Amino acid sequence: MKKLINDPKSVVDESVEGFGLAHASHVTVHPDPLFVTRKDAPRAGKVGLISGGGSGHEPLHAGYVGYGMLDAAVPGAMFTSPTPDQIIPATLAANSGAGVVHIVKNYTGDVLNFEMAAEMAQAEGVEVRTVLVNDDVAVEDSLYTAGRRGVAGTVLVEKIAGAAAERGDNLDAVAAIGQRVNDNVRSMGVALSACTVPHAGVPSFDLAENEIEIGIGIHGEPGRHRIPMENADGITDRLLEPILTDLKPAVGEKVLLFVNGMGGTPASELYIVYRHAAKALEAAGLVVERSLVGNYITALEMQGCSISVLRLDAEMTELWDAPVNTPALRWGM
Amino acid sequence: MGDVSVGRTLDAAWAVDWLRRSAEVIAENRVKLIELDREIGDGDHGENMDRGFQAILVKLAEGEPETPGAVFKLAAMTLMSKVGGAAGPLYGTAFLRAATAAGDEAALDSGLLAAALAGARDGVVARGKAEVGEKTMIDAWAPAVDAAAAAVAAGASPAAVLDAAATAARAGAESTDPLVARKGRASYLGERAIGHRDPGAESSALILRAAADAAASGAGA
Repeated sequence: MKKLINDPKSVVDESVEGFGLAHASHVTVHPDPLFVTRKDAPRAGKVGLISGGGSGHEPLHAGYVGYGMLDAAVPGAMFTSPTPDQIIPATLAANSGAGVVHIVKNYTGDVLNFEMAAEMAQAEGVEVRTVLVNDDVAVEDSLYTAGRRGVAGTVLVEKIAGAAAERGDNLDAVAAIGQRVNDNVRSMGVALSACTVPHAGVPSFDLAENEIEIGIGIHGEPGRHRIPMENADGITDRLLEPILTDLKPAVGEKVLLFVNGMGGTPASELYIVYRHAAKALEAAGLVVERSLVGNYITALEMQGCSISVLRLDAEMTELWDAPVNTPALRWGM
Repeated sequence: MGDVSVGRTLDAAWAVDWLRRSAEVIAENRVKLIELDREIGDGDHGENMDRGFQAILVKLAEGEPETPGAVFKLAAMTLMSKVGGAAGPLYGTAFLRAATAAGDEAALDSGLLAAALAGARDGVVARGKAEVGEKTMIDAWAPAVDAAAAAVAAGASPAAVLDAAATAARAGAESTDPLVARKGRASYLGERAIGHRDPGAESSALILRAAADAAASGAGA
């Protein structure tokens, strides 16, 4: 294992400290318990938006703290959900009195820790709503599993709900639009290689040179099945097919196409995937109105990508286009 | 059954010894738990549990609570705030419910001890919503609680109650090997989880054995 680290136990603390130094105009880092707030949080009258989860998915979540997205982010240990003693002060810091929305990826640890924190924050008088993101179509049978996981769709939920909060929507309205994004987005990922958690020191699963793992999550946990390596267009088809089967968009509908890198795949390859996915969507009669391509929710240095398709309506498009100014996503200002 | 010659109640010194022994056995098994979790999860269980129990040692060094219930509560709050993942809330809730069952009693007799274990199990079920056979911690806790209740009914000492619980938890953890997981991250693997032990059931068996060992050693008897 070769990594640019000093000590496996201090990876998250040192990384977030550096993040705070690099983006001091956007964020404040609170070291113990660890959480990150928007420089000017809480903003009077504005609904607070917070998210969190295991570290290793950077720039998610701290990279999206700033104008038009999150008011606070709570980084857990590597691939481990944060704890209530971090989430509660982050919730209090994000609360201007208008209430706080927790955006939670559907992983058992994240769900349990945010659930406990929401109960305790509510006991302290903060109104909390939770948007549970579960966009991963790789999980076929949610009756016998912990349910569909929250993956790349989380970035889209944070952007669009963040814009709604910024324009002054109330607590229930912000939660409702976050839920609407979740209900209209589907994602599917692939890994070409595993990733190595620093304190484990060995890859999180074993993948042969000529194998790929379809339906990968974002924690290096194995996906649904393995197949021999194929070319980019073939893999893109394999990711897109279950998304469209599940989303069932009507001909003529407008969509946002998001090709996300897992951390170890160059942008050039992500654009090769985007090229084929965009053509396939248009061949299916859809209108690709908006796009996002890049490393936005990663799994350390894993090679691979995910594709997300979000069915857009006019309001979601307007909120997507609204100005945003965060360390990892910025346009319109 | 363990050494039944030790006392008929267990006090705070036993509870503290239990936590210290748990910290030791979790540290010894850190790599094994990481490896089990790497096979069917995400490889963080050993690291997270070790971080939590080392934090408990730090708390105990600052001052030892005076009742078993207060010791359980210290463990609950520390695990909730330091472990993360699913294990933090699950173990935290387990110890919190055990603390509630133990109340302010200075020492626990066999009946109260079994009630504390049952409270812990109920806490894990309430938080994680898992049932027996879903390849989770419950597969260790449920038989442990049943065995403890049976031992109480047979008039066993606290040490013998804990030995029965620990033995049943070990068998329960091993029973997860052939199961398909229906909760937690391992559930995404489908049949590929077969042949692998649930890491949470394994750590539960280790911790319950530490409780029995602490009682058998006579600490707090």
